Amino acid sequence: MTLVEVIENPFKPKAARIVRHYDLIKDHRFFQIRHIDMKKAMSFTYNPGQFIMLSIPGVGEAPFSISSTPSRPGILELGVRKTGKLTEAFFKKKDNDVIYIRGPYGNGFKLDQMFNKDLIIVAGGLGVIPLRSILYYVLDNRDQFNRVFFMYGARTPEDFLFKTEFFQLKKRDDIDCFFTVDKSAANWTEDVGVVTKLFKHLPKMNPRETNAVVVGPPVMYKFVIDEFLKLKIPKNQIQLSLERRMKCGIGKCGHCAIEHLYTCMDGPVFTYWDTLNFRELI
Amino acid sequence: MRILKMQSKFLEVFLESLDKFGQLYGPKDKNGVLSYDRLEDISELVITDEHPMIPIKKLFHPMQFTMMHFNKKGFHPDYSVIEKRVVLGVHPCEIHSLLRLDDVFLRDPIDPYYSSLRENTAIIGFSCLPTDNSLCLSTDTDIVSEGFDLFFVNLDEFYLVWIGSSIGYDMILEREEFFDYDVSHDDIQMYIEWRHKRNRMFKKSFEFASMPDIMELSHESEVWDYFGDKCLSCGQCSMVCPTCNCYNVTDVFDVTNETVGRRNRVWDSCMFVDYSLVAGGHNFRASRADRLRLWYGHKLKTFGVDYGRPGCIGCGRCVDTCPVDINVLTISEALMTKEVPKK
Repeated sequence: MTLVEVIENPFKPKAARIVRHYDLIKDHRFFQIRHIDMKKAMSFTYNPGQFIMLSIPGVGEAPFSISSTPSRPGILELGVRKTGKLTEAFFKKKDNDVIYIRGPYGNGFKLDQMFNKDLIIVAGGLGVIPLRSILYYVLDNRDQFNRVFFMYGARTPEDFLFKTEFFQLKKRDDIDCFFTVDKSAANWTEDVGVVTKLFKHLPKMNPRETNAVVVGPPVMYKFVIDEFLKLKIPKNQIQLSLERRMKCGIGKCGHCAIEHLYTCMDGPVFTYWDTLNFRELI
Repeated sequence: MRILKMQSKFLEVFLESLDKFGQLYGPKDKNGVLSYDRLEDISELVITDEHPMIPIKKLFHPMQFTMMHFNKKGFHPDYSVIEKRVVLGVHPCEIHSLLRLDDVFLRDPIDPYYSSLRENTAIIGFSCLPTDNSLCLSTDTDIVSEGFDLFFVNLDEFYLVWIGSSIGYDMILEREEFFDYDVSHDDIQMYIEWRHKRNRMFKKSFEFASMPDIMELSHESEVWDYFGDKCLSCGQCSMVCPTCNCYNVTDVFDVTNETVGRRNRVWDSCMFVDYSLVAGGHNFRASRADRLRLWYGHKLKTFGVDYGRPGCIGCGRCVDTCPVDINVLTISEALMTKEVPKK
């Protein structure tokens, strides 16, 4: 018997069904998907911050952040912006249509260093999609964390993702939510300005007992990290997630290489300390 | 490891007998280009000091192949590229390159295509003498101690034959009468002289051992801009480099069908402008200087942190091939001397 007959082909995607979808904002759609194989659906687990490779036969395959939390197993949630050939084909799919997925891949956020500490989550634009996973993970395991702060900035109120969900969180007293938009509109009641402006709402922090995570467009990282550094949060307690081109997800195709690191295997979550040692990271 | 002796006159007959162990492959002349390919007859085999233009990676990480077929029922792996093979005439640097590729493709989770091709292929190595651009003495890849089933060192009237695996032993047993188990003092002396003679024949060298540090120190160097301006982004360096393993994946529908097709793997190069381009239009390496630094990082520096040593195995193909003279020699010299080559 040769090897290929006994090992599972890691490139072979598994069938999954679109359970439900709705539009978040224009060209941004929320998908709930589930493995067709029930056993796989229930046993599939992951860390917040990991991603899957999603295939549409004949169109291709690309990485997508998981937006749901592993504390609610069975269904995977994705937030997708229509921005290329694959996502265009994905947007044509209807509920109950079949797509193909494999994973989960990547490392995910380093949760073990966050337990019993304060946590600041900072999201910019689409960066909120992977952060929604850790946000709900933390809320589902609320007793494991100290104070939790969630900051989210979008360009305009029309670009604000998961508006209903996130505004409901404002009613909870075990999380502080601060929202902002760069450009306001008539019905907007929250802050106006870039996301770093929200840091003024933070109470006094104990930096060594604080973890910070940030995901957003590449230009945002420097400014948000400067705010974390002003708070004196240690560099290895600041985590960020990176986007790169990926064709395999398992460290073979080379596209996501940054020096000797593969974003797909060694990332996509890196600490700020890592980024100081690998200059191309951000 | 056993080392035996074989008279040169037996070579062709012995190599021919190895077809019992798989389809014979080796360097042969294809329209004037030396190329690793299937040997229809042992007489096609060309054992020479020259390197085939495309390195041996093409036999384990094919230039293009179908990974999977898809239809309405999903994806189905295609393992038709896998066959039992014996590759003849493999130079030491090429064997080293396979050990480097093993680090990538056999790392967990293992690549089933590469690993099966490796598993089903015997490697019959051959010594060679340096050509004009050989750098393997600099990169310490001129000698092999692993990665082959048999290895032949050509000492003119006879070969010293290293047995590197159990299959290699089985091959010897097929024609045991050709082999002499006694290697004399005189034979050893001839081998030592051969090594001395060979070591003196290298025309070019570079400071491979210093390069990881120099590369780290030179991250912001204007050398990258200078070479970036010259680079044509043609990707030939990646095609001929034995340790370039990057690939792209594309889906292709069958001609008359909109549900049935193939998922193919095809070689890619980080020199191509769209290598790091993501949907939405952001390009993480839009400049040629950034892409060159990544390429040379893998060859001269960063592969080492994870896998023990940088990727360059000193074959000199980049020196032979780059149309604008960007190669491990010109890059390392510019970084060492801070002098960019004269136009």
